[in-house]
Amino acid sequence: MKDQQTVLYDAPGPRARRVTLIGSVAAVLLILAGGYFLIYKPLDEKGQFSMDLWGPLIDPNNEVFPLVWERLGEGFRATLIAAALAIVSSLVMGTALAVLRIQLKSLVKRRYEGVATPLAYFLRGLNWTLAGISRVFVEIFRGLPVVITIFFVASALPEFGVDLGDILWYLVIGLTLYNMVVIGEILRSGMEGLPGGQREAAEAMGLSPFQTTRMILLPQAFRIMLPALISQLVVVLKDTSLGFIISYEEVLRVSTQIIQALEDPNPIQTYAVVGTIYILVNYALSKLAEYVQRRLARGRKTRALPTEQAPPAAVAPDIAAASM
Amino acid sequence: MRITRMVAVAAVAALSLGIAACGGDDGGDSGDTGSGSKSFEAGSTMEKLNKAQKITIGTKFDQPGFGLKGLDGKPAGFDVEIGKLIADELGIADDKITWVETPSAVREEKIEKAEVDLVVATYTINDKRKERIDFAGPYYEAGQNILVKADDTSITGPDSFKAGDKKVCSVQGSTPATNIEKYLANKASQLVVFDVYQKCVDALTNGQVNAVTTDNVILLGFIARNEGKFKLAGENFTKEPYGIGLKKGDNAFRTFVNDTLETLFKDGRWEKAWKDTAGKYVDETPTPPTINRY
Amino acid sequence: MSVLVDHFDVFASGFWLTFQLCLLSAVGALILGTLGAVMRISPVPPLRWVGTAYVTVFRNCPLTIVFFFAAFGLPSLGSNADFLKIPGLSSIFSRLGIDLPYFRFAIIALSVYTGAFVCEAIRSGINAVSPGQAEAARAIGLTFTQNLRFVVLPQAWKAAIVPLGSVIIAMIKNSALAGFFGLVGDLSNGAQNLTSALGEPIIPVFIGVSIGFLIMTVPLGLLLDRIERRRAVAR
Repeated sequence: MKDQQTVLYDAPGPRARRVTLIGSVAAVLLILAGGYFLIYKPLDEKGQFSMDLWGPLIDPNNEVFPLVWERLGEGFRATLIAAALAIVSSLVMGTALAVLRIQLKSLVKRRYEGVATPLAYFLRGLNWTLAGISRVFVEIFRGLPVVITIFFVASALPEFGVDLGDILWYLVIGLTLYNMVVIGEILRSGMEGLPGGQREAAEAMGLSPFQTTRMILLPQAFRIMLPALISQLVVVLKDTSLGFIISYEEVLRVSTQIIQALEDPNPIQTYAVVGTIYILVNYALSKLAEYVQRRLARGRKTRALPTEQAPPAAVAPDIAAASM
Repeated sequence: MRITRMVAVAAVAALSLGIAACGGDDGGDSGDTGSGSKSFEAGSTMEKLNKAQKITIGTKFDQPGFGLKGLDGKPAGFDVEIGKLIADELGIADDKITWVETPSAVREEKIEKAEVDLVVATYTINDKRKERIDFAGPYYEAGQNILVKADDTSITGPDSFKAGDKKVCSVQGSTPATNIEKYLANKASQLVVFDVYQKCVDALTNGQVNAVTTDNVILLGFIARNEGKFKLAGENFTKEPYGIGLKKGDNAFRTFVNDTLETLFKDGRWEKAWKDTAGKYVDETPTPPTINRY
Repeated sequence: MSVLVDHFDVFASGFWLTFQLCLLSAVGALILGTLGAVMRISPVPPLRWVGTAYVTVFRNCPLTIVFFFAAFGLPSLGSNADFLKIPGLSSIFSRLGIDLPYFRFAIIALSVYTGAFVCEAIRSGINAVSPGQAEAARAIGLTFTQNLRFVVLPQAWKAAIVPLGSVIIAMIKNSALAGFFGLVGDLSNGAQNLTSALGEPIIPVFIGVSIGFLIMTVPLGLLLDRIERRRAVAR
């Protein structure tokens, strides 16, 4: 970014520096004035800065402060548990899905010569069907809102007689269905983005297609896609907040309960605090993703792989696609 | 860094759990109940529950005055009190009750699957529900009403919405929301639904809507908590008898719960429960409804 | 399955409302995102900070919280989002002009949230333009604005189109949350109403809603795949 930016305009001279300075000062003043008149003043007039509302959240001497934070702590724990389970199961299932789709793709091309004709047709048909099903699966769960998926899982599974007891599992399944597909596609595009020589070399060594995937392609795909995978963790963490729809007691739902239980309901304050914590945690995760990406990029440069150009370009859209 | 954070959170949580466990001393009202002192007919649900010394009760966790999860993480309210009193009659102490959240949409299902033994959750008795479950009670008769700002004279009842310019808020998937729809000229520009009534009250305070509608008792709670800001517009326009949901066909249990309720009505425990919770903000104490033993 | 036929109007009007919401929010997000991207590459440091802060906050905040602040924070600021009652538009998008502000709040929530991702997509596009291009443009004496307008942005748009598409798809899916924040009658609210208030069976309702969303997302996704593949070949 830095490099790109500096080539857009000349190193500023004295005049340009002055203009920039004036611009900066004007911008700061404008922002401050806007903040004061559009945000601070109306909030203040409505008494939103009163300690009655903020006290339970920020004043340790407030009598309900420990209770509020105990509940919030429980909520955060529930959020983290759901997120951790969802990301682990999404990784496992996503990897399986990616491998399956890669295998099916090569199987579909196979003509089964030397097998009896009806059997060959049957096998080819089977491969086609499986490839089709996995494709449809991907398209459906990638295209559906996670809210709807979660809502559906939680209300439909019990109707089919699948009773998981704890709401947590419905949330985890709902999140997994979406994220496994996304992770699966990230890994698949990672594997397909690898230079063909990798696969050819592996085959030349006598590895079976499955061994090739498992030992050669997948590890490299994981490495290249690590930043995108970490970004996906941010998505999962954010999406656990959708658990409120099936009344899973994650931090946002707990907040709603706290707000109502307080003498003076303080939705704006509570949500602001919870939102800030969310932003800090997720920001740290995104920074980690960036750091990993930089390290990987450096490592790659020194080894000068022929694919040097391709992966970053391939990663970018995936991050964008995945990060919501 | 993440790990230390998680450890820290876990440690804080564990610590606070310990504190909570030490501080729990609210078992006062179940004093006279020795668990072995009750005896029930062999093979009945009552005997089974009494023997197991535990009961699972479904209630709402987000309904102020009736069932709201408090800051201590335990539900509190009129429904919760009624649940405790019934458990008490079964010889089960308060701390042996497992509270399960039963939002409106899942109440029948939870009962049918025996995930809960009872549901006490502002549960209006009606025939459609009786197809799937049975009701004991009613233990309270509410009625739908309308909450408006104290200085608003333009809304006098549900008919005020027929003109099409007044906006009203209720809760998603609730009976009140369905009831009020009949009075609306244009649903799209008049009705808002949220997940909890607190949000409706916020919208009313800020002026996005002109009214909030649901059962009168819930609205009374909001009037009391915001002194002088709100009032009810007119009389109740529906009857909502709250019943206790239990498994269909378990007539012995239903009779037991009905008998228990009548006892509670008579010996003043019902009134005390009411005054301690939903009735805290209401001056008059309602008369207990008549049990409907269908 | 009869729900789909009996309540076809619920699904149809729900789809139409969700579609309107997505269309308007997409426009809003593109405008906000472009503004943000311009701010982030501008020579004025405070503007860069604002741009960065905007992206950081909204990328890392759950949409639920953003929706909450649109639906309850804006009213406490005394705003009913009346500036979105744009006369000409209100006649096409009927919900835009009515008194109940939750459609407008939903547009704001989705636009602001998605805008942060649009900003990132555009920035990644700008980064994809090789520095030599901008250097050459400067060497022939183009100013900053000319450089952006004639050399960098046209190429950046091309590189950004696929990530932008993904962002819009994600936004369409996110729009389902509007039904939980006061918007009555969109696909998700309609579905909720059918299942919880009217007690309709869940699976057919789910299928109906899914079709509604997949009509919007799947073709867009396939189109993007195509563009991506064609570009991959060209490269």
